[in-house]
Amino acid sequence: MKIPAIKSLLCAAVLVTGSAAAFAQEVTGAGATFPAPLYAKWADAYYKATGVKVNYQSVGSGAGLRQIRGKTVDFGASDMPLTDEELAKDGLVQFPTVIGGVVPVINVKGIETRQLKLTGPVLADIFLGTITKWNDPKIAQLNPGLALPDAQISVVRRADGSGTTFIFTNYLSKVSPDWKAKVGEGTAVNWPAGAGGKGNEGVSAFVQRLPNSIGYVEYAYAKQNKMPYALLQNAAGNFVAPDDDTFAAAAAGADWSKTFYQILTNQAGKDAWPITGATFIMMHKAQDKPAQGAASLRFFDWAYANGDKMATELDYVPMPPAVEASIRKSWGAIQADGKPVFVAK
Amino acid sequence: MGATLSTATTLPGKEVMKTPGMPPSRSRGQVADIVFLWVTRGAAALTLLLLMGIIGSLVVGAWPSIQTFGLKFLWTAEWDPAQDVYGGLVMIYGTLVTSAIALIIAVPVSFGIALFLTELSPRWLKRPLGTAIELLAAIPSIVYGMWGLLIFAPILSKYVQVPLQNAFGSVPVLGALFQGPPVGIGLLSAGIILAIMIIPFIAAVMRDVFEVTPALLKESAYGVGATTWEVVSKVVLPYTKAGVIGGIMLGLGRALGETMAVTFVIGNMNQLSSASLFEPGNSITSTLANEFAEAAPGLHAASLLYLGLVLFFITFLVLALSKLLLMRLKKNEGGRT
Repeated sequence: MKIPAIKSLLCAAVLVTGSAAAFAQEVTGAGATFPAPLYAKWADAYYKATGVKVNYQSVGSGAGLRQIRGKTVDFGASDMPLTDEELAKDGLVQFPTVIGGVVPVINVKGIETRQLKLTGPVLADIFLGTITKWNDPKIAQLNPGLALPDAQISVVRRADGSGTTFIFTNYLSKVSPDWKAKVGEGTAVNWPAGAGGKGNEGVSAFVQRLPNSIGYVEYAYAKQNKMPYALLQNAAGNFVAPDDDTFAAAAAGADWSKTFYQILTNQAGKDAWPITGATFIMMHKAQDKPAQGAASLRFFDWAYANGDKMATELDYVPMPPAVEASIRKSWGAIQADGKPVFVAK
Repeated sequence: MGATLSTATTLPGKEVMKTPGMPPSRSRGQVADIVFLWVTRGAAALTLLLLMGIIGSLVVGAWPSIQTFGLKFLWTAEWDPAQDVYGGLVMIYGTLVTSAIALIIAVPVSFGIALFLTELSPRWLKRPLGTAIELLAAIPSIVYGMWGLLIFAPILSKYVQVPLQNAFGSVPVLGALFQGPPVGIGLLSAGIILAIMIIPFIAAVMRDVFEVTPALLKESAYGVGATTWEVVSKVVLPYTKAGVIGGIMLGLGRALGETMAVTFVIGNMNQLSSASLFEPGNSITSTLANEFAEAAPGLHAASLLYLGLVLFFITFLVLALSKLLLMRLKKNEGGRT
């Protein structure tokens, strides 16, 4: 009953002035900073296409989860997926929107981008502070042709809690038992070494300024700032470079059919970039305001259909079409009065 | 003349009000007075209520952490969100050390500025110099932070840290303060940036209080042949010490609470591995700014609020100590005369 009412309202709203449209339909979301540039771009294009405003506050994944639990927003966003038990406890559903990668960026004189080869365990040892020099035998062994300097490695990492840190430490925990035992994974961890920069921009400023340093940032950030990065050995044993194809290869390796709780680090595919992650949207299963829930879903439905190009322009990787279909199907669980609030065509 | 003055002052409202024709204005005046009294009372009460509300919500928010870690939180250094173990020593230490460095640098410099402006500066320079210093106070702290990270840190590392290390690195106790990689990021840089930020505050207050020293006193001192330094140390400073201490405390309060500028240059490292001032560290406010948005509800968020509570008490303690100091100074004054 309610959906036709909304639709007619929407049509009416589009016909009258923009401010009236905004009043009639305004969707709010909050959370992860990593996909924020994309959500802003989607929202802008969506507003131009439909007259519906989507207001996304990039406050951080943790704060986004707090806000969706408190029901102060229509959807929450997080780089760290919730487990199925956590979702059930809070009555939430989650679905992935786009995929991105984290890359190790370096500043070593004489070493260009994509020249240095590293393995997961060596990367973990560097961030643990057990490998302290660039010419350490463990690094030299992987890079026979490179002139590695006899210099201290300055480790740089995020100071603020971040989904990027979660993906990075999750990977290190998977490939290094030492890392798992001593540090573990999370949006913020007890870093044993190095200096912390605030945000991707803080880390890249440190790395660009400190000679012989290594840090990690979102791929888009490294690409746009033209920072040299290292190749990594993936689970299949190949040294791969981060780009859209290797991220997509990592996403293709995951089994999305049963649950969207997929952490894409250290995936098996032979071209998969090992530090890949998806970013997620969380919504309440039971919608108190069905109109708002439906409007949010309509936005994401539109974004999956029309937003792929915008995503690739900003160096995110869209979800594979098969996954998008099962995401649309999963929306049936978002209901009010026992009925789905939105049915995708 | 004395007579007219006294009649003027002993001619209070009472007598005037008794004259016929005045009552309406009197009652209106009274009403206005009552309203004014309650408005000001309300403003005062609001401040108190807000203060209590903030303390209350901090305690409530921090309660899970207070229950779990107790006072041990204050002297354990482990801060591990992955294992849910929290101790605030690194941040408390960082806050106190950076503020101390800031004061050690800022107080003498501000004193010099204020002295120059009030006693020595040529008249034409006073205005522009005073305004320039006040303008320093208007620069947003994030600008200080970015400037500190991108421009000041490399300079500090090259021209201050390396020479310091060469000069004192091998001296037994003092040398421990200057160990580690001289990268320009750490407790020392944060302290120096803080000093630059609080100098305008302290200098402005000092200048204002130095200016209220009666010219009569200063001229008399100069008249009996005192040097500028003698006039300042024997006349101006004793006369203005309450204001000077107030200014220093204002600066210290700002240094303790400063967030963004510190976050950029302190290095944000939650390890206490050495006494070196070159090592990256962390401060209470910087940790709060960095971790609050992503902190999972539960112990992590509660421990951050606990840190906030600790900072609250540090500031309170500083304020109480300054009041105590002033009271003691006043007492001694009474004894001398």
